[in-house]
Amino acid sequence: MLAVQSAADVPNPLSVPSNAPEHCPGTESELAGKAAACEGCANQEICASDKPKGPDPSLPFIKQRMEFVKRKILVLSGKGGVGKSTFTAQLGWAFAADDTTQTGIMDVDICGPSIPTIFGIASEQVHSSSSGWSPVYVQDNLGVMSVGFMLPTAKDAVMWRGPKKNGLISQFLKDVDWGDLDYLVIDTPPGTSDEHLSIVQFLKESGIDGAVLVTTPQEVALQDVHREIDFCRKVGIRILGLVENMSGFVCPSCKNESQIFKPTTGGAKRLAEETGVELLGAIPLDPRIGKSADYGVSFLDEYPDSPATTAYLNIIDRIKQVLDD
Amino acid sequence: MASQENPASRRLQSVKHIIIVLSGKGGVGKSSVSTQLALNLYASSPTSKVGILDVDLTGPSIPRMLGVDGHSVHQSSDGWVPVFADGSEARLACMSVGFLLKNKGDSVVWRGPKKNGMIRQFLGDVRWGELDYLVIDTPPGTSDEHLSLIEHLAPVQSKLSAIIVTTPQAVALTDAMKCLSFTQAVNLPVLGLIENMSGYVCPCCGEVSNVFSTGGGEAMAQREQLTFLGSLPVDTELVTLLDAATAPSEVPPGSLPEEGPRSNFTLLRRYKATSSAKLFEGILQKALASLNCS
Repeated sequence: MLAVQSAADVPNPLSVPSNAPEHCPGTESELAGKAAACEGCANQEICASDKPKGPDPSLPFIKQRMEFVKRKILVLSGKGGVGKSTFTAQLGWAFAADDTTQTGIMDVDICGPSIPTIFGIASEQVHSSSSGWSPVYVQDNLGVMSVGFMLPTAKDAVMWRGPKKNGLISQFLKDVDWGDLDYLVIDTPPGTSDEHLSIVQFLKESGIDGAVLVTTPQEVALQDVHREIDFCRKVGIRILGLVENMSGFVCPSCKNESQIFKPTTGGAKRLAEETGVELLGAIPLDPRIGKSADYGVSFLDEYPDSPATTAYLNIIDRIKQVLDD
Repeated sequence: MASQENPASRRLQSVKHIIIVLSGKGGVGKSSVSTQLALNLYASSPTSKVGILDVDLTGPSIPRMLGVDGHSVHQSSDGWVPVFADGSEARLACMSVGFLLKNKGDSVVWRGPKKNGMIRQFLGDVRWGELDYLVIDTPPGTSDEHLSLIEHLAPVQSKLSAIIVTTPQAVALTDAMKCLSFTQAVNLPVLGLIENMSGYVCPCCGEVSNVFSTGGGEAMAQREQLTFLGSLPVDTELVTLLDAATAPSEVPPGSLPEEGPRSNFTLLRRYKATSSAKLFEGILQKALASLNCS
């Protein structure tokens, strides 16, 4: 993977525990517990012994909770600021438009939790009962969980390293009383790091039904999304498809469409073709999307006539189709 | 309690100022602001030496923006040699994990401790040499990378300062506030705030649309008593330039007029023709004034 790394085998990223040191060979390696890097690691004895390695104790609890969830969808990108959270919210609202379904939104962006603001519930708090933590309900059939609800004030920074973030994600999965869900949509932070690895590890047994990748048209975004596609393939997540956001801007004055973020290298269409992923659709940039997100209202409900709404709904229909395949 | 010396502090002894570009929120333009900051500092004098370090390990954008995508890093007896974006003049040094990937599309799937190790190497093992400024581009958030930077740079804390980038909307400002709290928690002085993507000029009719609202960044700076460095509208020319910037060697000879006796830094020339460049001059002046006051 890295041109300047040593000749040692690259460990499977999923076999590196969250509290492992820098050059951990991976728990499945022959050198587990015996390599020079293992000195001082809390897991050294377990890895080095011949005893079978026990699984993470939280996994059975997660499996139990997730048994009541029919479909789990990840919204990923790799690149920041492309509209993952905004897309997750619209997806949530669209699923919840059907009264007979129950939808949950889990925000695992621990440093920058935008989901509460976008749903207009930023000032709410999480309540705990004997059956677990209650999600915050936007409407009867749409529940949300985010670290945003647990901070004393909105300006408090969450300055946690990986292991602590992973602990919270584990709690979101095993301690939140979601109840029966038809859909659990998981909004992720940008990158391919602790949060992403943890979600995949924790949901390994319960299974992830698929991931939607969001990008914008420029090459700097596509490069990061290409890496995210590579990540999904490495860890075995099914990719439902790619969405190109901020794809063109319709001027409110002259109504002409212009390329605000030019697809200098072919945009998402070229990336989809190159990587064999389906292009689910392209959403134009409507300034009212950002405003709706800031005010915590559903863009799809407020502005049903916008071309962006049509694009969103077509993409969401396609996602439902692909999920049922 | 005096901080212990470490490889990073020894290596960075010959660096005068270290400016960390932060935001909290992803996708607001940290990398493009870092690139513009580095280019402007580079152009501020014919002898200024600038380094740009990209510690966004899972999403490295700086190589592409500087037009040195695909270059590789060489090991010397004294450490890694950075990639020079300005060709033979060698005054703009760059380091990124992007240069270390065998294939561009390879993902970097690392947990915190390994990212910490890489950052330690980037600070302590790269032959930065004498620099007037080292600009550090960071990933979004306030996590491992940011904590590691502050930790490893503790012995040279007096050289550190930060610039916060945000876009005007509420979701971005909430994260920018968290970022400001982070700087206060770790005693990192903030030179000021930049409001990016503040307005878009329609190329057909010239109407300015506030695609991501406007004014939020300036209001936040006022409220939190930060210097407001300026606002930058969405500049399609800049986006295109940073996206597809070609390396000096790729530009056919004679296709662009030579500006000076040793000018073959095409990116800088093309950047100077964008509208952002003119606005950034003002931003840089304010940032340097802030730097000299602190």
